Amino acid sequence: MSERRRITVNTVGDVHVVRFNDRKILDTTYIGELGEELFSLLEEPGSHKLLLNFDGVEFLSSGALNKLIFLDRRVKEVSGSLRLTNLRPELNEVFMITRLHELFQIFEDEVEALADLNSDD
Amino acid sequence: MSDDHSWSWSKEQSIPSDTAAGRVLLEELLDELRRQDWEERDVFGVHLAVEEALVNAIKHGNQEDPAKQVMVQTHVSATAVKIEVTDEGGGFDPEAVPDPTDDENLEAPSGRGLMLMKSFMSSVEFNDAGNHVAMTKVKGEED
Repeated sequence: MSERRRITVNTVGDVHVVRFNDRKILDTTYIGELGEELFSLLEEPGSHKLLLNFDGVEFLSSGALNKLIFLDRRVKEVSGSLRLTNLRPELNEVFMITRLHELFQIFEDEVEALADLNSDD
Repeated sequence: MSDDHSWSWSKEQSIPSDTAAGRVLLEELLDELRRQDWEERDVFGVHLAVEEALVNAIKHGNQEDPAKQVMVQTHVSATAVKIEVTDEGGGFDPEAVPDPTDDENLEAPSGRGLMLMKSFMSSVEFNDAGNHVAMTKVKGEED
C-alpha cells in the first residue's frame, strides 16, 4: 500500500478504523484521492469491515457524499460492512435531509460502532 | 426579500472557472458573516449552499473552461445574506433534477447539491436559462 495522504487507518481486531486527515472534504481532487485510499482497503485480502470516524471533519460537500455512496456499493459487493461515527450535528443534519442516514449505519462513537460490527460475526 | 435591504457589506467579483478561486471568495463571505455575529449553524448552511453553487457553475456550467468566468455577487447584513452566481454555460433545468430522497434515487449519486442548497437557504431561485442562481438566507430562520 502506498502512503496514505487523506486518511489514517488503525486496525482494531478485524476492523479498519478510518480517520480523515482534513477538516473539510470538498475538493474534487481531494475526494478522488480519498476514494482511492478508501477503496484500496477493500482490495486487500482479509477483513472488509470499515468504520469511518468523522471526528474533526467540519464539512462534506455533495461530491463527498457521492463518494461515500460509491464506497457503500463496493462494500456490499465484497460482502463487507460499513459504519459511520462521530458526525457533528450539522453533518448529521445533512445525512438526515438527504435521507442518507437510511442508507448508512451511523453511530455516536467508535465503541458503539465496533460493538455493532463485532455482533455481525 | 426585497433588494433594498440595508446591506452592510457587498461584493461583486468575476472569478475564473477554478474552484480554488471560488473558495477564496467564499472564505471572505464566511468571515464577514462571523464578523457580524452570525451563528455557526447559519454559517455552515451558507457555506454548504455557496460551495455547491460555485461547483455547479464552475464544473457543470462553465465545464472548467479557463476562457469562461463566474460572476458572484454577495450582500450581507446583520439579519440576511444574498448570493448570486452566474456562469457562462448553457444552463440547466433545475426542475429536471431527480429528487435524491425518492426511494428509487436513494443510492444514486446525484441531485444532492441542489437539494442541500434549497434546504439550508431561505430561498433559491434560478433564471429561465438556468445559468444564474439567487439565494437568500434570513439569519436564524429554521430551514
